[in-house]
Amino acid sequence: MSTSVQARTAPRVSTESISARVIRGLGRTPVHVFLGIVAVIWLAPTIGLLVTSFRPRSDIQATGWWEILSTLRLTLINYSDVLNAQGMGTAFLNSVIISVPSTLLPLFLCSLAAYGFSWLKFPFKDSLFLIVVALMMVPVQVGFIPLLTIFKPFHLTQGFVGVWLAHTAFALPFGIFLLRNFFITLPKDLIEAARIDGSSDFGIFRTIVVPLSIPAIAAYGIFQFLWVWNDLLMSLVFVQTNANYPMTIQMTTLLGTYGTEWNLLAAGAFLLMAVPLAVFFSLQRYFVQGLLAGSVK
Amino acid sequence: MTATPSLIGSKAPAPKVPRGALTERTRLVVVAIFLLPAAILLAVFMVYPVLYTIRLSFDRGLGGNFTRIVGLDNYSSLFKDPTFIQAIVNNLLWIVFYTGFVIGLGLVIAVVAMRVRYETIIKAIVFLPMAIAATALAVIWEFVYQPGADIGLLNAILGIFHGPAPSWLGDSGLVNAALIAVGVWGSVGFATVILSAALKGIPTEVLEAARTDGANEFQIFYRIIVPMVSLPISVLAVTLTVNVIKLFDIPYVMTHGGPGTASRVIAFQMYIQGFQSGQFGQAAAVAVVMLIIMIPIMAFNIRRFRTSSVV
Repeated sequence: MSTSVQARTAPRVSTESISARVIRGLGRTPVHVFLGIVAVIWLAPTIGLLVTSFRPRSDIQATGWWEILSTLRLTLINYSDVLNAQGMGTAFLNSVIISVPSTLLPLFLCSLAAYGFSWLKFPFKDSLFLIVVALMMVPVQVGFIPLLTIFKPFHLTQGFVGVWLAHTAFALPFGIFLLRNFFITLPKDLIEAARIDGSSDFGIFRTIVVPLSIPAIAAYGIFQFLWVWNDLLMSLVFVQTNANYPMTIQMTTLLGTYGTEWNLLAAGAFLLMAVPLAVFFSLQRYFVQGLLAGSVK
Repeated sequence: MTATPSLIGSKAPAPKVPRGALTERTRLVVVAIFLLPAAILLAVFMVYPVLYTIRLSFDRGLGGNFTRIVGLDNYSSLFKDPTFIQAIVNNLLWIVFYTGFVIGLGLVIAVVAMRVRYETIIKAIVFLPMAIAATALAVIWEFVYQPGADIGLLNAILGIFHGPAPSWLGDSGLVNAALIAVGVWGSVGFATVILSAALKGIPTEVLEAARTDGANEFQIFYRIIVPMVSLPISVLAVTLTVNVIKLFDIPYVMTHGGPGTASRVIAFQMYIQGFQSGQFGQAAAVAVVMLIIMIPIMAFNIRRFRTSSVV
């Protein structure tokens, strides 16, 4: 190992004097300094809150988090407080209950419709697709009052059905658009060959289109899941039972009630971030793709 | 495929119909099964609400129902309402400074990071806030902005230089800048990743040729890099503008539009008008204003989808 490294670096040393390398390195110092500052600015606020979430309440009120090393005491009590006494545990479950159907339902309906728009023939197909594209830009605010009047007689805002339906409906235009753009790139010959072999459209959808589109479907699914998980506004409007509040609302309530109790707020915020961060670190590729594709939403 | 009957005027008994070919009727049933579920949801929960809200914006709209037609009253009282004007001005501030700083910083970070080996790490660090709920971003930054120098990081740093210790979120002159900074911090990674991908598309020969001709790094940046990423920049500008129009969480969580009404934005105004003041007619009018602002953007997007593929 050492010999190969020497072999590779040897020619460079001979052609480039040490002083030249030092000068080149110094010339790049501003680049490293700039990127170092960028890294600090983008990490420090989050790390500060993370450190705070593990500090005892008395320490938080006495010294800043950056002095953690002088009073190195860590505790999990903030997390247990916020999970149990402050209802973040229930809110976590509620977030799951809201997010999972609000992801699976659009995923299923969008895949079906996207298949229709890519591989079926029917009248006014292009005009209908343009309507779908246009609906992508409708702000959710436009739906609030009418949807509430639709939901009211059925008491849909008392449970989760209302928020599921609202999220699903407002996810459809973008999901159909995104998946259709992917489905249409699949090889035409493959699908026509399957048709000639006697496959039904459902068969083609299930055995060819969906399996070949897993990357696109996964990227969209992750995007939609995080969108719903991180959403505050739709839940404020369509979840009207306190016991059903997701983490985002619960966090806002905590902030309003305990504006200076940073032990609770920091732990709560990290619980809210836990799932998205786990997704970010485990599925980074799909995650970035999903968010980039989702940018047009 | 030729044997499959075409939709309009199918040639009756087509010869050698393959097993999979369908009759006209079953074919439409298939289309319906694929499209109707989405179509029904879209019609009931999106198209109908759009029309309902437009109509409601011309109505007193007590309790969200049609009670009495008032013509343009909702709109005229909206534009006479100083808090609404304030909200629009704030949205404009956001559009200029948020969009500008996100794209500017995103481009600079992308360009500089390209020159080091730890590029991916820097991009991941800057992109990370994109994963986090705006509610959590708000908590992170409310902590940074705490006025007390023994809690808030920002004032602690200012304290080292014996600077002032302002109340970032409590001062109506500072609050918008403070909130926009949070938005910029949260979105720069998005611009960095998109622009970095665009920069990788610039042929290295072009850059080398410019360097041989004696161009310095700033000339290269303004004369080559900026023009070559102008398309992704315009796409980003549109996307970020849409973000601003829909902006709600950061002001709602951090300041609740305050102090006073200093940091209100349109989407926040719509929520307050409808769900706290119960003025549903006016809330509908705000929603329609938002929709109208979106229409040119919608047109831009449709044109883009027709002429080219997605980003």
